[in-house]
Amino acid sequence: MDALDLARWQFGITTVYHFLFVPLTIGLSAIVAILQTAWHRTGKVEYLRATRFLGKLFLINFAMGVVTGIVQEFQFGMNWSSYSTFVGDVFGAPLAMEALLAFFLESTFIGLWIFGWDRLPRRIHLACIWIVAIGTNFSAYFIIAANAWMRHPVGFTVDESTGRARLTDIWAVLTNSQAWSTYLHVVSGAFIAAGLFVVAVSAFKLMRARWPKRADAVAPHPSEDGLFRKTLRLGLAVTAIAGALVVFSGDHQAKLMAQYEPMKLAGAEALWTDEHGAGFSLFAVGDIREGRNHINVQVPNVLSFLATGDFSGDVQGINNVQQRLEQQFGPGDYRPDIAVLYWSFRLMMGLGMAGVGIGVLGLWLTRRGRLPGKRWMYRVAILGLPAALAANVFGWILTEMGRQPWTVVGELLTAASVSPGVSLTEVAISLTAFTLLYAALAVVEAKLLFRYVLAGPAAVMPYPPDEPDTDDTGAATPEPADERVPAFVY
Amino acid sequence: MDLQTIWFLAIAVLWTGYFVLEGFDFGVGMLLPVVGRDDTDRRVMINSIGPVWDGNEVWLITAIGATFAAFPAWYGSMLSGFYLPVLAIVLALIVRGVAFEYRGKVDDDRWRRRWDVAIVVGSTVPALMWGLIFANLLRGLPMGAGHVVDAGIGDLLNPFALLGALVTGSLFLLHGAVFLSLKTDGPVRVLARAVALRTALVAVPALVGFLGWTLVHRPTGWTLPVAVLTVVALVAGAGLAGRGREGWAFAATAVSVLGTSVTIFGSMFPVLIPSTTDAALSLTVAGAASGAYTLEVMSWIALVLLPLVISYQAWSYWVFRRRVTRAHIAPAH
Ligand code: HDD
Ligand code: HEM
Ligand code: HEM
Repeated sequence: MDALDLARWQFGITTVYHFLFVPLTIGLSAIVAILQTAWHRTGKVEYLRATRFLGKLFLINFAMGVVTGIVQEFQFGMNWSSYSTFVGDVFGAPLAMEALLAFFLESTFIGLWIFGWDRLPRRIHLACIWIVAIGTNFSAYFIIAANAWMRHPVGFTVDESTGRARLTDIWAVLTNSQAWSTYLHVVSGAFIAAGLFVVAVSAFKLMRARWPKRADAVAPHPSEDGLFRKTLRLGLAVTAIAGALVVFSGDHQAKLMAQYEPMKLAGAEALWTDEHGAGFSLFAVGDIREGRNHINVQVPNVLSFLATGDFSGDVQGINNVQQRLEQQFGPGDYRPDIAVLYWSFRLMMGLGMAGVGIGVLGLWLTRRGRLPGKRWMYRVAILGLPAALAANVFGWILTEMGRQPWTVVGELLTAASVSPGVSLTEVAISLTAFTLLYAALAVVEAKLLFRYVLAGPAAVMPYPPDEPDTDDTGAATPEPADERVPAFVY
Repeated sequence: MDLQTIWFLAIAVLWTGYFVLEGFDFGVGMLLPVVGRDDTDRRVMINSIGPVWDGNEVWLITAIGATFAAFPAWYGSMLSGFYLPVLAIVLALIVRGVAFEYRGKVDDDRWRRRWDVAIVVGSTVPALMWGLIFANLLRGLPMGAGHVVDAGIGDLLNPFALLGALVTGSLFLLHGAVFLSLKTDGPVRVLARAVALRTALVAVPALVGFLGWTLVHRPTGWTLPVAVLTVVALVAGAGLAGRGREGWAFAATAVSVLGTSVTIFGSMFPVLIPSTTDAALSLTVAGAASGAYTLEVMSWIALVLLPLVISYQAWSYWVFRRRVTRAHIAPAH
């Protein structure tokens, strides 16, 4: 164990953790904005209630996304100073743009949205949440452009005298094919997760209303049934649409991977030798040392199609790529962890597509006001959320571990990226601190979310006494002039 | 002026913006147990910074991101060189941010008291650490070839750096107290004013000592008048707060935070991290900077975006310009 290993663990843990909240933020900000727009357009209190309820859950999640993001910003310098010095010229620019363009927008307008309910004109208040939603997308684009550059470095040269990368074309970095393709894939993955979040919450509330946990449980307000049917459908629709996009963009990602990172694709498929018309592996048991598979159940020719768009196209194998890389960069082991890649790829696709399946099937099952009558169906719908989050994580593990042993493909090895002046003890301290703190916060956050889901919309927006909430004729009733800080906040 | 100097200035501007803005919300956080006698008072305090603290923090994120882009070697050497202090800051910012958001989400005294501790610790640690770090950057660090900083905790805890920590800590405390007296009414306002006066008794001598020491250690002609103005502004700020001229008082403490930051960055230029091992190994602006093309691209971006950011942040301060009082606090939920 040396500082390098711990630094890698720390990066993996903190980034995966950050990325549990990020997809929900990206998707939920837009979903909340859609609901608030619906309220704005129709004036139905129901939509306002849904906005506030999901808005609260969104904020609980958002807080975690923000604080875990701070770590990322510092971590490159703390643990990866050699990497930072090498790439800063190129990589720093999109990162700085992200902060200037996206983070300022998000943080300022989220404040205005949270506290502005009774201070801002309706329309402007609505604009605030849309600006937050747009900001999260800018944020995702810039960080992904930075990340894509590490997988497919473009628009730079390496300065002979300093040995550092020098940016030559910012436009090339921002329009990198890997960048926009990955962006599409990540954002659609994010909308799947957020869609299923809304599905899980709605399904849970509908399930509890039908099958109360205790016989004497207080029945929810009668209007909640209608509310959660609507949000359920919305979540399902978002998931299904994003599902189509994720497949389309994932296919494109695989083609780029075949072109720029053949080792990663070969690893993800446990394909040891170059093949013509390669099959897509469903299940394999291999021997990494000998460089071959013992068992491999395949669907013929599908891998070639995935990688090249041609059923008989050529796909490179691990052993052959290894030889080519040795010729190019000198002796060394250029193979990432094959088993991890292979299974991450399958788990991403399997769990993610299962989630998408819930979206599509659910839309069918809830058509024209229907609701499934079986309790297990609700339970399955709830499980869609962890599946989607796991799919996102496995996708990143595939991407990032498949890039090994490089941080910047073909330019900088991971082993040469770590901070030379930082000791094992120091990294151990920070790794421990982050892991413990993150674990504690995960418990707090999960409890809080659950608590608010259990309490339901009434907790964030009490029902007026004996007035049927469904009476929403015409424009929204004006909010009572309440000068107090809304209970929505701190 | 060449691009490297312009970018040094840009980063100084970002840090200064950060200190001036987050300085007061650190102060409010540190004062939570001092000025907030009961839960309603504490909520008044938190709500006074509620809409803006996250936006203030992004000045830091941007300063760090811009340093990464414009001076990669500075970014790498500084963050890895101050490993443990930076770690402490990051951990503090995490618990503090979560605390603001989660404190009011469960109606339970124990729950709230725990998050109050997180807010106090999360505000105090960075307020002290930034002073420690910047003082050490002025003083110099053991640094070998390749700008690899080799400083143990012992090297970081020298008298000058401890004085630096005291300066940022007390300055932010005072700045926060004045902010509270400006933005709240009722008991919080009265107490905050009294605290401001008392804090000045520590902040003013600490600042005089620190700025004087800096001027001697890293002499630069023009920083002397800035330092004088900084001290005058601080004294005036405390005095004005005592007399109830809170708007002016806040402007004055903001000027003193600004002046402190200007003095630090002005004294630093052009040596970003002096090496105490061998002066020839020091990290300079020229040695740390990115290429001209990157700096040019970044200049255009900053030129377009920074005014935009400043204007919408200013607008958000305008929207929330009203004082927060106990009457504004809805009952716990
Ligand atoms: C719900 C989420 C989800 C789902 C259903 C899928 N993916 Fe995915 N995938 C991701 C979420 C994700 C991700 C987490 O967002 C990743 C990580 C980095 C990235 O680009 O997106 C990813 C990465 C990723 C990569 C690696 C890119 C690289 O390293 O350069 C490939 C080749 C695919 N995906 C392909 C697919 C295919 C062919 C899918 C179709 C069935 C698929 N993904 C479904
Ligand atoms: C988009 C911005 C990202 C950038 C710039 C980035 C960059 C890096 C860097 C510098 C490392 C450390 C060096 C290395 O081990 O190769 C790393 C490793 C890693 N990252 Fe990312 N990453 C990003 C996103 C993500 C996300 C979103 C995840 C997961 C959710 C992730 C998961 C990992 C993992 C698991 C490792 C450890 C891999 C290993 O060391 O074997 N990354 N990444
Ligand atoms: C490893 C590289 C990464 C860095 C340096 C980073 C940095 C940050 C920082 C500093 C914040 C807090 C902003 C604030 O204070 O308002 C943040 C939040 C955010 N990040 Fe990341 N991040 C990384 C990975 C990612 C990835 C891969 C994505 C998206 C695909 C992403 C999307 C977001 C979004 C949408 C937010 C907004 C709030 C939230 O997450 O809930 N980040 N990030």
